[in-house]
Amino acid sequence: MLYKLGTLFLRPSTKYVLLALAIVFPLIAHNEYQVYVMATAFIWAIAVYGLNIITGYCGQLNLAHGGFFAIGSYALGLLTADYGWNFWPAFLAAILISAFLGFLVGAVSLRLKEHYFAIFTLCVGFIIYLLLDKWEELTHGPIGVRDIAAPHGFGLVDFTDTTPFYYLVLVFLVLAIWFMGKLSRSLMGRTFIAIRNGDELAESLGINLMRNKVLAFILSTTYAGLAGALYAGMIRFIGPEEANINHTFDIITYLLVGGIGTISGPLVGTLGIVWITQSLQFLEEYRMIIFGPLLVVLVIFFPRGIVGSFLTWMHRKTQEMGPAKKRKESKVTPSATREAENNA
Amino acid sequence: MNLFFQQVINGLTLGSIYGLVALGLTLVYGILHIPNFAHGALYMVGAFMTYTLMIDLGAPYWTAMAGSAVIVASLGILLERLVFYPLRHSPPIHHKIAAIGVLLFLEATVQLFWGADFRRITSPYHGILRFEGLIIPEQRLLIICGAIALLIGLQYFLRKTMTGATIIAMAQNRDGAFLVGIDSNRVAMMTFGISGALAAIAASLYAPINLVYPSMGNLVIMKAFVIIILGGMGSIPGAILGGMIIGFAEAFGGFYLASAYKDLISFGLLVIILSVRPQGLFAKGAH
Repeated sequence: MLYKLGTLFLRPSTKYVLLALAIVFPLIAHNEYQVYVMATAFIWAIAVYGLNIITGYCGQLNLAHGGFFAIGSYALGLLTADYGWNFWPAFLAAILISAFLGFLVGAVSLRLKEHYFAIFTLCVGFIIYLLLDKWEELTHGPIGVRDIAAPHGFGLVDFTDTTPFYYLVLVFLVLAIWFMGKLSRSLMGRTFIAIRNGDELAESLGINLMRNKVLAFILSTTYAGLAGALYAGMIRFIGPEEANINHTFDIITYLLVGGIGTISGPLVGTLGIVWITQSLQFLEEYRMIIFGPLLVVLVIFFPRGIVGSFLTWMHRKTQEMGPAKKRKESKVTPSATREAENNA
Repeated sequence: MNLFFQQVINGLTLGSIYGLVALGLTLVYGILHIPNFAHGALYMVGAFMTYTLMIDLGAPYWTAMAGSAVIVASLGILLERLVFYPLRHSPPIHHKIAAIGVLLFLEATVQLFWGADFRRITSPYHGILRFEGLIIPEQRLLIICGAIALLIGLQYFLRKTMTGATIIAMAQNRDGAFLVGIDSNRVAMMTFGISGALAAIAASLYAPINLVYPSMGNLVIMKAFVIIILGGMGSIPGAILGGMIIGFAEAFGGFYLASAYKDLISFGLLVIILSVRPQGLFAKGAH
């Protein structure tokens, strides 16, 4: 029975149902605030997808991810507020700046392995925070950036309203997930997974480690920069706290709860946790009392998160059902079983 | 000349504190190959324990420090049992995430009970020694002497006692240590205990000339990581030397260059060093 229910989720049509739900969400939401929360959750989900590329697929724990999110925010904020750029050119520039800085940081940091890389990126994240906080001539220091331009609607839509902005974010989220899906099925995605499974093994297969790791890193910072720029466009007021290390830890929690190295994990984890935190508002400040032990319990008992555990369970069930049935099922769910294999 | 000497004292003080914290971190790394991101939180808990024992329970400074060391050592042992032991066969990325979870939990819990305010511990040693025109605050002298005494004690324990030798043996060669019958659980718990106690003592020594607040460990732990990368992860002399390098770089850099960017100095050093030598300054081989 549960298994039958599970196969429903693996049908290719599920994603269209979800997309339809996301489109009608502003119409069925009780108030504008819920739409706003959903848009914020989508923005975070984009950032989580970025971390999923470098950490989930490529296996390198990047602790500067929140820093690149802040770089995207600040690039957009400073270009529009201080230099009078329009939103869209600044938006593009913010993404390019994040990608370029990602290239610079990646080229230095990815020469380091495992622990060294994690520690180095932790320090990079902190350097980004310190620069945003102290370099007052450029970043206004602790005061932050005000009067950030809203997206230009070309006279058709007004993106200062919550609902149009929600759809804008949704478009970018769908693009982000679509690209992630393409990536995971491509040679490049498989190369990343090979690197995660072992540097030496990947290298012996003729994979250029450095080039692929840097590429994964640039992709992940591009996602982070995109999410940061959207965030700045929505909040329109940012401060150095954007780069606080706790944001990186939030992103890691979302990724881990959803399922590291899966396509749908980042979305499931982010939406799930953002809504749970919303309904437990009194917890806002102390949410880490629950999230902290949750992270520990997850890595000990369910290192694959919700989606990963679900896929493994379905995979096992499918095999228990016997070969005849398995053939039938695998016709329905080619992409899902592949994802389960990727996780194995 | 006097100002220069003042910076030497500052450098020695900072270096002693950083060295003690980095020492705990490097011991755990040497034995279990875990970069314990929660170590800074242990440092913070140590400061709060001393604060509570002194202010709320009225214990004298030294008793409070000893009590705090015992509490944090137990906390370290508990972490090893509850968190890191079950993860011993997991990929390394899981240790790091679990350690981050512990860090977040400890920080939020302390904030729940004590609040986010800045607090101050007053030590009985707030006098100032004058020596031929040179000024040395007593607490700073205490920090330097305390660190040296601890280092000598630890060195004696590791080199001259059987229990200490098991730690060294396991750091040198895990399989070899198992072959001669060393109980890895005991060594792991002991290492976490020592590492926690060192963090608590460092925090209690430094707190009187600094402030106590829930996120006080974040900057210290990152610098401790910079230090053990400088000194080679797992190396004890490396941690002390690295601590002194960062301590002096901060004292002199903050004084002669720009004090606003004082905290950036150590991270800048790290970026430069790792760009040139990815395996660390004194490490023999790459990890």
